[in-house]
Amino acid sequence: MFPLNQPELERSPAPLPDKEKALDLYRTMWRIRAFEDRVYQYFEAGRIPGTVHQYQGQEAIAAGVCGHLQRRDYITSTHRPHGHAIAKGIPLEEMAAELFGSVAGCCRGHGGSMHMGSPEYGMPPASAIVAGGVPIAAGIGLSCRMRKPGSVVACFFGDGAFNNGAFHEGANLCAIWDLPVVLVCENNFYGASTHLTLANKIPRLAQRACSYGMPAETVDGNDVFVVYEAAGRAVERARANEGPSFLECLTYRRCGHSRRDRNQYRDKQEEQFWLARDPLELARDRLLRENVATRAELEVIEQGAAAEAQAALEHGERAAQPDGEEALRHVFWEGSQ
Amino acid sequence: MTIAKALRLAIAEEMRRDATVICIGEDIGIPGGWGGAFTVTWGLEREFGRERIRNTPISEAGLMGAAIGAALTGLRPIADFQYSDFMFCAADQLINQAPKICFMSGGRVKVPLVVRAPVGATTRGAQHAQCPEAWIVHTPGWKVAVPCTPYDAKGLLKSAVRDDNPVFIFEHKLLYGSSGARKEDNAVQVDEAVPQEDFVVPFGVAAVRRPGRDITLVATHLMLYRALQAAEELTQAGIELEVIDPRTLVPFDYETVCESLGRTGRLMIVEEDTRRGGWGAEIIAEIAEKHADLLKAPPMRVATYDAPIAASPVMERYAVPGAERIAAAARTMMAE
Repeated sequence: MFPLNQPELERSPAPLPDKEKALDLYRTMWRIRAFEDRVYQYFEAGRIPGTVHQYQGQEAIAAGVCGHLQRRDYITSTHRPHGHAIAKGIPLEEMAAELFGSVAGCCRGHGGSMHMGSPEYGMPPASAIVAGGVPIAAGIGLSCRMRKPGSVVACFFGDGAFNNGAFHEGANLCAIWDLPVVLVCENNFYGASTHLTLANKIPRLAQRACSYGMPAETVDGNDVFVVYEAAGRAVERARANEGPSFLECLTYRRCGHSRRDRNQYRDKQEEQFWLARDPLELARDRLLRENVATRAELEVIEQGAAAEAQAALEHGERAAQPDGEEALRHVFWEGSQ
Repeated sequence: MTIAKALRLAIAEEMRRDATVICIGEDIGIPGGWGGAFTVTWGLEREFGRERIRNTPISEAGLMGAAIGAALTGLRPIADFQYSDFMFCAADQLINQAPKICFMSGGRVKVPLVVRAPVGATTRGAQHAQCPEAWIVHTPGWKVAVPCTPYDAKGLLKSAVRDDNPVFIFEHKLLYGSSGARKEDNAVQVDEAVPQEDFVVPFGVAAVRRPGRDITLVATHLMLYRALQAAEELTQAGIELEVIDPRTLVPFDYETVCESLGRTGRLMIVEEDTRRGGWGAEIIAEIAEKHADLLKAPPMRVATYDAPIAASPVMERYAVPGAERIAAAARTMMAE
């Protein structure tokens, strides 16, 4: 088993950003959690088709990284994209409609849970092939450098992607071409049901990542202020055209890998340790302890997120369903619409 | 002008016309190097610089993913594989990513990507010999061009660069006309004058390369030239082949083929890919399903036998259709 008390989790607390940003990060995490919890209820009730790979437990990473990004920046995502899409700004209603296969969805019902995206928000459809998005992120980085200087790409992937050749090829291109890409590894210790230690001989993925010739560090991915601080350094480097960085964020799924997975392959002690470190609670404790916000202020955010998520799912379920023939549209580009 | 030069001219003209066009591939843009495996991009870095003529490591999945990412965000990459056999290293990017992203986005994201890849058996053995067009033809979301002449090479490549969708261009090693260290033995000389001015060859419009009354023969690349050779020989036997170059496999110009079949009533496909599941099978199935009334004889395929390509020139010559095998098939068809 992987040791539970890791030095990365014991570090002195990261500095807090200003109040507005701190609450912004808190709100993003809650919007993700509320949306995912509501999606889970709808899915369990058989109201959402297909499958879902959920993000509960990893919210601090999407929020902390995307907290530095603007509309002109890009992200690439994975089969577990809901959190990234929310953090990058895609409206919950459009995402919910997508989950129900509606033409009102952000991909008009053609993408679904695993291919969330929206060009308006700098997110191409997420790739559900593990590591497939890494070389694509390199290409987006190339576009940024050649056509949109100052724009950057955050490339999200899990620890499961780390041993796939596409990761290696993409990371190497980012390095040799000094591309403005932040490689964000969400290390939740499991590639589906396979534990990290069965897939890697080294204790830290950042160890291998730095051998590509880029700064790489391992941080507490459940502490949004730690992620925000570390991502700030990486994004700044990218914006200054100084090349890519690798950020390994230690985290844990509070949900199954997908659908109705009950995590029966996980060590109970490990589970207990990590589930006690809920990123939302860690942030709440810190904000209250340091008098950044009052309990009432935080409750407004939490309740607002819950109400927004509920309204989004209701909207999604009611949104217009396509005609079957829509299945044959958009194989080729039909022009800007 | 050779096909290699015509392709190079098309790339240069498009890069001058549109600053978003870039080239990405292995062993391109290296001063003193080859310009890709078959000289197509030779010297372009002198005019366009190594940022736009972007050399990559031997990293097919990486370069193809990078080309896709670039295409998603405002560039128009022309990516190339040194040999089409190597495209399988990038299979995820070619099958799961490039042709599905526009669709998965609900038509909100376009992928203006060109991929070039050389095909054909050239006594290099099994992993530098395949004609994998069918893999791409089978996958919705790709357009597939198969230029056989210098004029078409320039015009089809220009159409491809201006298309807002992923386009695969398969080129034949023995038709390039590459010279110097990259010269091919057994190459077919297909030099012709190509206009210096701007022109495009539209997709989905076949060219009748030789008119004839007896058999409608559809062939691409090297097989087109072997079919023309067979047609020449068959005139002595009083058999007239109508030889059609489809120019693009997706979209495919069924109209021209059916128009020809209306006169000949006989259909033959000649392809260099192995026979089972090739693009020729698709054309025949489509015609049989929708236009059986045009056929007065069973259609016929002449293709490479279903085995990997051997290195031995003798074995390769046996496996890949030559003019003689095509002519024999035509005689059989006419005798029935």
